[in-house]
Amino acid sequence: MGALMALTLTMTAAACGGDADDAGADGKIKLTVATFNEFGYEDLIEEYNAMQDDVVVEQKKAGTANEHQDNLYTKLAAGSGLSDIEAIEVDWLAALMQESDAFVDLSDSEVEGRWLDWKAEAATTDDGALIGYGTDIGPEGICYRSDLFKKAGMPTDREEVAKMFTTWDAYFDAGRDFTKAVPDVAWYDASGATAQAMINQVEYSFEDADDNVIAADNPEVKDIFDTVTSLADEGLSTKLVQWSEDWTASFQNDGFATMACPGWMLGVIEGNADGVKGWDIANAFPGGGGNWGGSYLTVPKQGEHQEEAMALANWLTAPEQQVKAFEAKGTFPSQPAALEDPVLTGATNAFFNDAPTGQILAERAEAVPFIPHKGPRFADINTAFQQAIQRVDEGKESADEAWQSFLADVERLG
Amino acid sequence: MTLESSAVKLVGDGGDPSGATASPPGARPPDETRPRSSPWRLRLSLWDTKLSPYLYVSPFFLLFALVGMFPLLYTAYVSVHEWGLLGGQGDFIGLENYARVVEDRYFWNALRNTVSIFVLSSIPQVVIALVLAGLLDTQLRASTLWRMSVLIPFVVAPAAVALIFGNVFGDRYGLVNEALQGIGLEPIRWHVDTLASHLAIASMVNWRWTGYNALIFLAAMQAVPRELYESAAIDGAGRVRQFLSVTLPMIRPTLLFVVIMSTIGGLQIFAEPRLFDTQGLGGSDRQYQTLTMYLWELGWRVRDLGMASAVAWLLFLIIIVFALVNLAVSRRVGSLGGRR
Repeated sequence: MGALMALTLTMTAAACGGDADDAGADGKIKLTVATFNEFGYEDLIEEYNAMQDDVVVEQKKAGTANEHQDNLYTKLAAGSGLSDIEAIEVDWLAALMQESDAFVDLSDSEVEGRWLDWKAEAATTDDGALIGYGTDIGPEGICYRSDLFKKAGMPTDREEVAKMFTTWDAYFDAGRDFTKAVPDVAWYDASGATAQAMINQVEYSFEDADDNVIAADNPEVKDIFDTVTSLADEGLSTKLVQWSEDWTASFQNDGFATMACPGWMLGVIEGNADGVKGWDIANAFPGGGGNWGGSYLTVPKQGEHQEEAMALANWLTAPEQQVKAFEAKGTFPSQPAALEDPVLTGATNAFFNDAPTGQILAERAEAVPFIPHKGPRFADINTAFQQAIQRVDEGKESADEAWQSFLADVERLG
Repeated sequence: MTLESSAVKLVGDGGDPSGATASPPGARPPDETRPRSSPWRLRLSLWDTKLSPYLYVSPFFLLFALVGMFPLLYTAYVSVHEWGLLGGQGDFIGLENYARVVEDRYFWNALRNTVSIFVLSSIPQVVIALVLAGLLDTQLRASTLWRMSVLIPFVVAPAAVALIFGNVFGDRYGLVNEALQGIGLEPIRWHVDTLASHLAIASMVNWRWTGYNALIFLAAMQAVPRELYESAAIDGAGRVRQFLSVTLPMIRPTLLFVVIMSTIGGLQIFAEPRLFDTQGLGGSDRQYQTLTMYLWELGWRVRDLGMASAVAWLLFLIIIVFALVNLAVSRRVGSLGGRR
């Protein structure tokens, strides 16, 4: 048995070591780009390879953002093994900004003004170093089921629907009317998702400007918690957890009528609600505008070909290329020039009743007033916050108990 | 990495006895028939007989030192320091990480869940595997087909298993609950209630490992001399009595091996509960967060490798305790059946 184990171990060790070759077969420089989910870069990379004589680009795709994040953290810690370009999600940005030394400063007069101000600002350190080139953003509208609206005797036209969704109170009131008319269908997809959308409109939610944790004493946070938990009591929420199996299944079971909808969510809905007729998108978001998600491309300093990687990241995040990525996978560009591109503004989506999604999302992007401050503890506290809401939804704890245990969790993370 | 290291260490321990028993036979045949020319040569051949057995077994121990011992000791080194995932090594802080872990209520919660899931999975698993192997050991048509088919679940990747069982154990639209509601029963809240979630996870684990264990038992049962069954039958022992009084005592070493291995595996359950929901923290109240998931949370979510390493070492110690208790218990079980 010992010998067998030794043999397998040697074989694994050999298999792991086979990846070190850096130059391609014909002496070209090999660049790797690590992304997660869908960035829409497949065709672009082929295009780039055709343009370049001395560089071969290869894309490494992770299935989920979590998987990519674990890999990124582990290899950052190890000091080796990262790709030449690593994509990062905006929610991890704060934690990674603390390690800005590990990333190449990408600031360059050539790219100044390429992105929406808040997009570039979030990735700029206090010393003015830019650690990531913005790719996409997640301006939010409200997606809704016009067939269920009709059943409830509500307006179905997207212009009229938009008028109902100007403030959160108006949105929730519409929900109360809806659930009265159609009692077995919830108003929105998940309590957590709605809370998330509201938290994303608070400039300093869990941490103040100096990254002190203020989640426990912030009245705005408590307010959101109370609102969402009491609405679930009234039957507005499915009480499901976003991304869970039941949540996915609820698209096929008329589980709910509306949901907060960043650009990248359109593809998710189309996939989950395959065969369901009646989805549409309203050009409105309660409380003004909101942004959910979006990514950056970074160049880790541990890479051997930083200059070439920087040139590639620069090219990929240029407006012309991001418009093509939008065409391919619907990732919404963070570059003002791309937002005016006729390809984008003219884009419609057949699944959403031929809604002019390009134009709607461009307007939703302009409505985003600021990007909320997310410090290094944001993601952890947010998880605890979401779990507290989930405990109330599941009936494991009363709202008061859940809030108390949330406070204990914050204390523990502090 | 820390997870793997403790696994490798323990697997190494499991392999250890067989490695040790392999060495004496290698030492036995001193085929030194050549004429003894000089004392130097004599000494050389003496060394040869004495040392070469160790040389033969050394690859295992060298590799074990590299991929088992080193990570184990390095984890201990990390556990007595402040050590951020991204920031790296900080100050030496002695046992403070251990103190913080022991004071954390989620550690005890994870320990409770781990033991509960372990009991719910390992015990039925070994019992069912034994019965299954007993059935496969009888005269069956197309016996290879049956034997291979019990192994199929083992070939399926845990992630795929989690996906399938996710649909089976959905709280609202899951297969089981729809069936329950179909016959007028209350749906079970698989992801919410602690015991229900443990049962669901244990069934995933059992589904994957029962067949594998059954095959190991079967291999051992095939080696039991058939005459024993004949004489037992002549003595008037029925099928069940034969199984209890002949089969069980005869396969005791294998039983011990399987019990120890499933203890090690059972206390390190990770993939199934981790993939049971999308956040991977073991439910809204961490009602199915196991120790390995807790370790992962500390290391990769809270990004504190020092505390995570302390958990890894505590888990290592806990597994040793459990393995020893199991060893004692299964020895008794084996010898009880063997009493005539």
